[in-house]
Amino acid sequence: MTLITQEIPPPPHSEDIRNTVGNVPMEWYQDYPHIGYNLDGKKIFKPIRNKDELDEFLDKMENPDYWRTVHDKMTASDIRLTDEQVDLVHRLQKGQFGDVNFNEYEPSVDFFTNEVMIHPVTNRPQDKRSFIPSLIEKEKVSKLVHAIKMGWIKPRKPKETTPQYYDLWAKEDPNAILGRHKMHVPAPKMRLPGHEESYNPPPEYLLTEEERLVWEQQDAEDRKLPFLPQKHSCLRAVPAFSRFIHERFERCLDLYLCPRQRKMRVNVNPEDLIPKLPKPKDLQPFPTTMSLVYRGHTSLVRCISASPTGQWLVSGSDDFTVRFWEVNTGRCMKTLEVGGAVKSVAWNPNPAVCLVAVCFEHTVLLLNPSLGDRLVVSSTDQLITAYEPPEEDKEQAVTWALSEGLEHNKGHRLTLTHPKAVKQVVWHGKGDYLSSVMPDNSSNLQVLIHQVSKRRTQNPFRKNKGLVQCVSFHPLRPYFFVATQRYVRVYNLIKQELTKKLMTNCKWISSMAIHPGGDNLICGSYDCRLAWFDLDLSTKPYKMLRHHKKALRGVAYHRNYPLFASGADDGSVIVCHGMVYNDLLQNPLIVPVKVLKGHQITHDLGVLDVTFHPTQPWVFSSGADTTIRLFT
Amino acid sequence: MGGLQKKKYERGSATNYITRNKARKKLQLSLADFRRLCILKGIYPHEPKHKKKVNKGSTAPRTFYLFKDIRFLLHEPIVRKFREYKVFVRKLRKAYGKAEWTGVERLRDNKPGYKLDHIIKERYPTFIDALRDIDDALSMCFLFSTFARTGKCHVQTITLCRRLTVEWMNYVVTSRSLRKVFLSIKGIYYQAEVLGQLITWLVPYQFAHDHPTDVDYRVMATFTEMYTTLFGFINFRLYQTLNLVYPPKVTQYLDLTFSCAQQKLSALSASLARVVATAEEEENQLDLFPTEGEDQENMQAREKEQKEQEAQKRLFEGLKFFLNREVPRESLAFILRCFGAEVSWDKSLCIGGTYEVTDETITHQIVDRPDMDKQYINRYYIQPQWVFDSVNAQMRLPVEDYFLGTTLPPHLSPFVEEKDGDYVPPEKLKLMALQRGEKPVQEDEEEEDEEEEEEDDDEEEDDDVDDEELTEEKNLKKLEGTRAQGKTLAVKVTPGKVKPWETGSVGNKVRLEQEEKAEEKRLAIMMMKKKEKYLYDKIMFGKKRTTREVSSLRCAPAKPTRPSLRPFACRWR
Repeated sequence: MTLITQEIPPPPHSEDIRNTVGNVPMEWYQDYPHIGYNLDGKKIFKPIRNKDELDEFLDKMENPDYWRTVHDKMTASDIRLTDEQVDLVHRLQKGQFGDVNFNEYEPSVDFFTNEVMIHPVTNRPQDKRSFIPSLIEKEKVSKLVHAIKMGWIKPRKPKETTPQYYDLWAKEDPNAILGRHKMHVPAPKMRLPGHEESYNPPPEYLLTEEERLVWEQQDAEDRKLPFLPQKHSCLRAVPAFSRFIHERFERCLDLYLCPRQRKMRVNVNPEDLIPKLPKPKDLQPFPTTMSLVYRGHTSLVRCISASPTGQWLVSGSDDFTVRFWEVNTGRCMKTLEVGGAVKSVAWNPNPAVCLVAVCFEHTVLLLNPSLGDRLVVSSTDQLITAYEPPEEDKEQAVTWALSEGLEHNKGHRLTLTHPKAVKQVVWHGKGDYLSSVMPDNSSNLQVLIHQVSKRRTQNPFRKNKGLVQCVSFHPLRPYFFVATQRYVRVYNLIKQELTKKLMTNCKWISSMAIHPGGDNLICGSYDCRLAWFDLDLSTKPYKMLRHHKKALRGVAYHRNYPLFASGADDGSVIVCHGMVYNDLLQNPLIVPVKVLKGHQITHDLGVLDVTFHPTQPWVFSSGADTTIRLFT
Repeated sequence: MGGLQKKKYERGSATNYITRNKARKKLQLSLADFRRLCILKGIYPHEPKHKKKVNKGSTAPRTFYLFKDIRFLLHEPIVRKFREYKVFVRKLRKAYGKAEWTGVERLRDNKPGYKLDHIIKERYPTFIDALRDIDDALSMCFLFSTFARTGKCHVQTITLCRRLTVEWMNYVVTSRSLRKVFLSIKGIYYQAEVLGQLITWLVPYQFAHDHPTDVDYRVMATFTEMYTTLFGFINFRLYQTLNLVYPPKVTQYLDLTFSCAQQKLSALSASLARVVATAEEEENQLDLFPTEGEDQENMQAREKEQKEQEAQKRLFEGLKFFLNREVPRESLAFILRCFGAEVSWDKSLCIGGTYEVTDETITHQIVDRPDMDKQYINRYYIQPQWVFDSVNAQMRLPVEDYFLGTTLPPHLSPFVEEKDGDYVPPEKLKLMALQRGEKPVQEDEEEEDEEEEEEDDDEEEDDDVDDEELTEEKNLKKLEGTRAQGKTLAVKVTPGKVKPWETGSVGNKVRLEQEEKAEEKRLAIMMMKKKEKYLYDKIMFGKKRTTREVSSLRCAPAKPTRPSLRPFACRWR
């Protein structure tokens, strides 16, 4: 609007006169009473009463010139446009020139024509240099000519595109073979194709339907053949191999991306890996065949023990009975009912005493089976009755009770009632001392040593060193072996101190046996291992045997022969030759000599206990199949 | 006490290796250039023994190069050329941008190039080294020579590859050094013995390639660049050994107007004509100086081998072949010429055919179609496999199995050398018997076997029929007659197998001994150390697997596609 008002005829002076506020937005003056300043610097006040909407509307309705009235914000007055002005607005709206008289289509006049004129446009004469040859160019050309004459510049030869070959190896220099070449690992050649790659292979090389399915489902890396063998009836029918370029590309990648290594492929003869051991035939005698089966128990036979004379065998079972067998005939001589599943039996090793220790639940029972020599039997009874109670009665951990009446007739002699369930009983080699094991993780009352002649009981340990699995007396010296879950501790009973702690490297020891010489020890464990310790050598196992497939349940040494046996849940008894030399410098020789099988596996249990005959190279084994077997 | 604290990873294996990225930075090359350099110079990564030590305690997967290798690359003149080329490309782009066409032309004229001669010489200091490594080069060049002008690589490369492969084939033909050929589903394998080196290459079948998208052609092109240089020098040297002029004239035929196969063919036929002009090949006799270390037997064996080879070289000499239009002309012509045959084909198909089908002196026509309309009596019409099998067998095989329309015997790979315990296909056994010269006996036996088999079959059928016809009184007599006849023929007295443990004390002892030994072994295995046990188990597992595979091949269900050999297979089972 301002633009238009500027063009309105009243000359610019008059506008200056009316309002000199300049080109500023008039909104700035909205809150003021004035709208600008006149030439004298006086304020120009707004009209008293401004038009409101209603006035506007009325004006619109009544005033016929309303459409050509324009509000001038500068002066706050309405201006009625003249006819010329209205015409101008219309023309501009249409995009025409504002000036009515302006002719858009006047004929054009060319200042420069394409016609060549005979006279120059300018009157300036031409330079002289445009007529005479250039000196500089001449100089340049003469230089080039000279260079060509002298043969300095030669015409550009067309470039050789085809490579030139010559005898590259005309002079083979032995010095050129560097260390690099000696160290160079040439890439292995491509694998040569086999029959299966033929276009017409023998029919046995073609994949069957299942093999083909397997091939298709396998990942490309897992496939044994990178392609499917195919048979084509004639050469004409062979199609293009779709992965040809791929294979070549992969070969390229192999050549420059694969690390190369010289692999020394050692051709190991598997026979050489097998250790050279003495032949079992040369290590006889050892048990080889199963000769007797002792049947009679109705539940699994947990424990067996042979009498020191080798004539009798005692066995304890989960059917709450203890049975006495004659070894040579397999006849059951006696059956004793006891009040619980028998956990352990032990025949007194003293041949002058006929006594058997049986443990079940909280009780250890000393039995006189009344088998064998009458004198021995009666002397044993006398030994027990000859006991005189001491003057002062000491408080004991175990109550000793003498059996009488009916029980006495059955063979019971002494009853030792323990505070906890007893798992194992072991005799000392002399036959007077007896040890019982009550496994309990939380107290120091786990092992008790009883003296039968004095009916005394003592607890050798003050501290709890872990769950005791089994204990054993040293056959000759006053040592005591205690096996916890992972360690075997050796105590000196006289000095009352720990002498050794053997690391078995097993997870859970199940059984233990001491060599009759006393310097070696074997441990069976539930994690299928058998550890042989040489006590003179180290506290670590001298040899670890993993010959059983399942958990070992029992191990035993032979008293006279260099034999030891182990029974496991896989139902086999493995007899090994374990020679201990008197020479301290020579390590024990261990050779497995026989795998004895016979026990059936019932409820995942096979052999539960093994023991050797005291004099003969025979081994007894008791199993979960309710039988006891004798291998001779 | 005392001394400076030793820093980790500043000596030992950590300093012997360098990661790829560090190597690249040290050489100031882009990854593509570094890759190219490694390919050309034959540098490959190394696997350090202790990765963690070399990787400065990190276990991230990295590619390691030997530091020595990278130091070796530092002095390579080609690295400078790479940089020059980079500058050239930049200048050219600028000139294009400014539309300075004269500048572009000038730059193009001065385009920096490089030669790989010195690299070849450096990588292969002796000719034999180079020849040993030519397998991949051959396969690659043969592949590239089959490419069309698709923009996957430069046309010059393709032409060069074609020229070099043709030269190579000419050499092989002239020196008669082809030994084995094999038609596989991938392509055709050739094996030649050049200067005592066995060289194997693979040529794809003649089809247009559909170029895979997941293959980096730049890598392939770099390899080809190196291979063509190597290949050219080797060709030069080989031609020199034969007293031939290099480059041979045949290469003039090469231009891209013909298809690849056509060129090769024409080149092959041309070369034969040209060889006459050069010096005659000397029959190099084996020197008969019994050296001290060698025994007479060894010499004799070598002599025999030499003779066999000479015989193989003349395998097809005197034969005249004609190739029908549907057989792979190039490979067959190549092979046949390698063994001294004359070959021709229809002139309308391809240039180079020397005689027509109507030629009466043609002895063999190679045909790969079920039937032919017009057949000449005085020539054999055989399928192409005959040529390949004969070459591999080193003798002209009987043509009966390869006649028109017959089912072909399986084509066996000549590269398989069976060891003890490996599975030997019955066809191979038959072939070996043939080679030993037991041909008639073998065939008779086979026939007998077949007859027997048939008889057995008859008998079985009779037996089957037996049950049904027992009720029929009418046929009973006749049936009995046939059965009696069958019995007289088919019943064989076979010696009963004597089980050793049943015969008494001797057998018992043997068995006991064996058992004892087995048990001894089992017990000894128990005493093995853990490590050795593991190794032993692994070895035994591998052995068992191979025997299982062999037995599975042996017991593969007999397929109806091999009727003539069935008795053979049965016997094997």
